[in-house]
Amino acid sequence: MKSSVIIFPGSNCDRDMDVALKKFGFKNQMIWHNDKTIPKSDLIVLPGGFSYGDYLRCGSIASKSKIIKSVIDFANSGGLVLGICNGFQILTETGLLPGILQQNMYLNFICKNVFIKIKDKKNKYFKNIKKDILELHIAHNEGNYFCSEQELKSLEDNSQIAITYCDSKGLENDDNNPNGAIKNIAGIFNKSKNILGMMPHPERMIDKYLSGEDGSLFFENLLENLR
Amino acid sequence: MKIKVKVTLKNGVLDPQGKAIQQTLNGMNFSNVEEVRQGKFFEININENDETKAKSQVEDMCKKLLANLVIEDYQII
Repeated sequence: MKSSVIIFPGSNCDRDMDVALKKFGFKNQMIWHNDKTIPKSDLIVLPGGFSYGDYLRCGSIASKSKIIKSVIDFANSGGLVLGICNGFQILTETGLLPGILQQNMYLNFICKNVFIKIKDKKNKYFKNIKKDILELHIAHNEGNYFCSEQELKSLEDNSQIAITYCDSKGLENDDNNPNGAIKNIAGIFNKSKNILGMMPHPERMIDKYLSGEDGSLFFENLLENLR
Repeated sequence: MKIKVKVTLKNGVLDPQGKAIQQTLNGMNFSNVEEVRQGKFFEININENDETKAKSQVEDMCKKLLANLVIEDYQII
């Protein structure tokens, strides 16, 4: 399976993502934002970081970069596009995913492990994954997901909520909501579920000695589903 | 021609920075400050002599980049 990670000026999780994808068997290539085309891929990843210094709004400048048209075309033709953290912000700014990631409710940069509940497994990302609750890492200042009531209803009606913040037992409430996201949303799909945007970083949880291995589960499972 | 644009959060959208500024002002003895909403201000120098055309272009810029219409409103002033 071939994957492509897009690098924007200010991306800083691109290399971690490259390491993670290769560890689990993807043939990964790194693509510069000024390129116009993406070589044949089974998966495109928009990595975390601070593209263009988070100027104007997080992800807004990246969403107009040269490479983005190819990403949008790939996504619209059914290709798998995964946006992590800043990548999620870029996906909302392109309009590929609804809503926006606002500044965290308590104005603090959050960097810690959290538990997330998988809300939908009828998709390439989470189908057959053995656990329902994963421990992953978050590191962001703007992860407070917001959308209109109408959009929220549409997300719920179409099972587009991918993952939510919860505790180790799966309880979703305000105490387990790190950033004030509406309905504890940590990640969403587009309607056809080939695009996933999520704030947590699975690429940071792929080593049992350093972190934990719930990210490994995510990548192993994704690769298996793409075969 | 210089066109000015004001981008503000829509009513009802939480503005934690505005809230923090309000609380700080209250702490500085501006005790009658009840609410602060923070926004953005742009001055755009555009090479166009026709004001209607310039404003129409800036409106397009607002919709496509300067404002995110999910949470923000824009005003061309």
